[in-house]
Amino acid sequence: MATAAKAFAITRQRWSRQQRREALWAYAFLSPAFFFLLALIMFPILFAFWISLHDWSLIPRHFPFIGLQNYLETLRDPLTIKSLRNTLFYTVGAVPVSMAVSLILALIMNQEKLPFRTWFRTAYFIPVITSWVAVSFVWLWLFEPRWGLVNSFLGWFGITGIKWLASPVWALPAIMLVAVWKGLGYNMVIFLAGLQGIPREMHEAAKIDGANRWQSFWFITFPLLNPTVVFITVTAVIGSLQVFTPAVIMTTVQGEAGGPINSTRVMVYHIYSTAFRYNRLGYGAALAFVLFALILVVTLMQLRLTQREVEYT
Amino acid sequence: MTEIALQRPSAMAFLRRHSRAELAVLVLGFLILMLGAVWMLLPLVWMLSASLMPLSEVIKVPPIWFAPAKYSLNNYIEVWGRVGFARFFFNSVFVAGTITAAQLLTSSMAGFAFARYQFPGRMLIFILILSTMMIPFQVIMIPLFIMMARLHMVNTYSGMILPAIVTPFGIFMMRQFMLGVPKPLLEAARIDGASEPYIFTRIMLPLCKPAIAALAIFAFLGSWDNFLWPLIIINSKQLWTLPIAMSRFTEQYISQTHLQMAGASIMFLPVLFVFLLMQRNFIEGIALTGLKG
Repeated sequence: MATAAKAFAITRQRWSRQQRREALWAYAFLSPAFFFLLALIMFPILFAFWISLHDWSLIPRHFPFIGLQNYLETLRDPLTIKSLRNTLFYTVGAVPVSMAVSLILALIMNQEKLPFRTWFRTAYFIPVITSWVAVSFVWLWLFEPRWGLVNSFLGWFGITGIKWLASPVWALPAIMLVAVWKGLGYNMVIFLAGLQGIPREMHEAAKIDGANRWQSFWFITFPLLNPTVVFITVTAVIGSLQVFTPAVIMTTVQGEAGGPINSTRVMVYHIYSTAFRYNRLGYGAALAFVLFALILVVTLMQLRLTQREVEYT
Repeated sequence: MTEIALQRPSAMAFLRRHSRAELAVLVLGFLILMLGAVWMLLPLVWMLSASLMPLSEVIKVPPIWFAPAKYSLNNYIEVWGRVGFARFFFNSVFVAGTITAAQLLTSSMAGFAFARYQFPGRMLIFILILSTMMIPFQVIMIPLFIMMARLHMVNTYSGMILPAIVTPFGIFMMRQFMLGVPKPLLEAARIDGASEPYIFTRIMLPLCKPAIAALAIFAFLGSWDNFLWPLIIINSKQLWTLPIAMSRFTEQYISQTHLQMAGASIMFLPVLFVFLLMQRNFIEGIALTGLKG
């Protein structure tokens, strides 16, 4: 009895020594990443909130505490309202178009008998790997009203004289077109992976039951593709709400971006400009939290609306 | 016998009709894909073409797409030399390379800790790390700038590199991949007396090549394309990365389309080259993260 208890105590001790050893190694492996995450993301987010409660300026260095006044100002500032509206318009316009087109392309490409499939996949993926700054400059000139290729192409159909980036109506849609062009390949590759995860037997069974192509898509492919659709919508919407580079490169006139009558002023540019061009870091931080809240709310809404259990057995 | 004879024509007709419909769908699909591919590639083809032409040809009305007789490398020579893209190219490679190496190190080590060990606070720390994934960079860029100013890192390489050396996404990705590595492999090594660092570097990492390749691609491209942070943290010309150089040099060379297209091509061609070499890693890596996310 006594020996058994002793043996038990020893194994327990050994076990816990082993456990302690494991935990120490775990913390050792974890520490670089955790330290930097703490210093570079977790602390800054608290600091950002602290900054947003001040009227923070770098030159001259002074930052009086003003409570929630920056947040109250966001509701009254017409430029903020305009930036929010542009950002939402851009997202609501670009994301559904990109998703619909990329899904159609993925469905076409998912046919095994199609020739040159991998060749096409490569072609559609090239804009994805191309730098945003580079493609923004390319499209900036493609949209040139007089000699740009877009207007010369439209000329074949008798459409003339759209000023694109110089027009308050067309500047933002032009940027949306570029975003769709650039993101198409990425969404398509993910849709393709999702489509290939759907068991072939399901479609064969449906075919035997007399389902046509449309029914097969609507009742089998689409519901089973739901996780992929959710993933792409959520990431695409988050990315779109954070659009910055093309809006800045394509519509900067004399050092100030935002396009004709601020028609392409998006939230991230508004934050950047407020904080670093106009030296109002406190208000900029408050605007960043407004953007963060917008992203959170929109994402949660999407998850609520689109997440449903699909089980086909 | 008669039964078969009776059935055969209708069966044949069904097959023929069916395959014709299928053929039509295939041809239509092929045409749509062709059209789309033209739309995808034409802007980049024009970029390359314009980068080889003198300005007078680029801005002709009506536009010309190709002018092989007038092609030369003059624009590249001017952008690389006089405008200074040699230096900016080096800066971009150096910053992106350092960030990639650092992200691979921090992510794979942390991923290893989560995938291999049981330790107090494991779940809590993991959830904490995951939750930082939601935080948009725009929220932390203002405090980061103030912190960098305090550390005297504004307008330095370190200031550009430091905020990007760790990524919660990378940690998550490495953890997911390492969870798939069979445990007995690691246990066998431990019984043989291998140390933990040995198990990590010699057994785990070689098994994670696909995930490492994918993460390296994301990290490098992300940094290569990064515009917002360098715009904030960099002032002096010697430190410009390619995206900053592209946006800044146009302030002096307004409407120098031919030079801009040469600069854009300099940003594009190396990436294209690497992409064509390791296409499978690129696309499979993205599909991998898409499915797991």
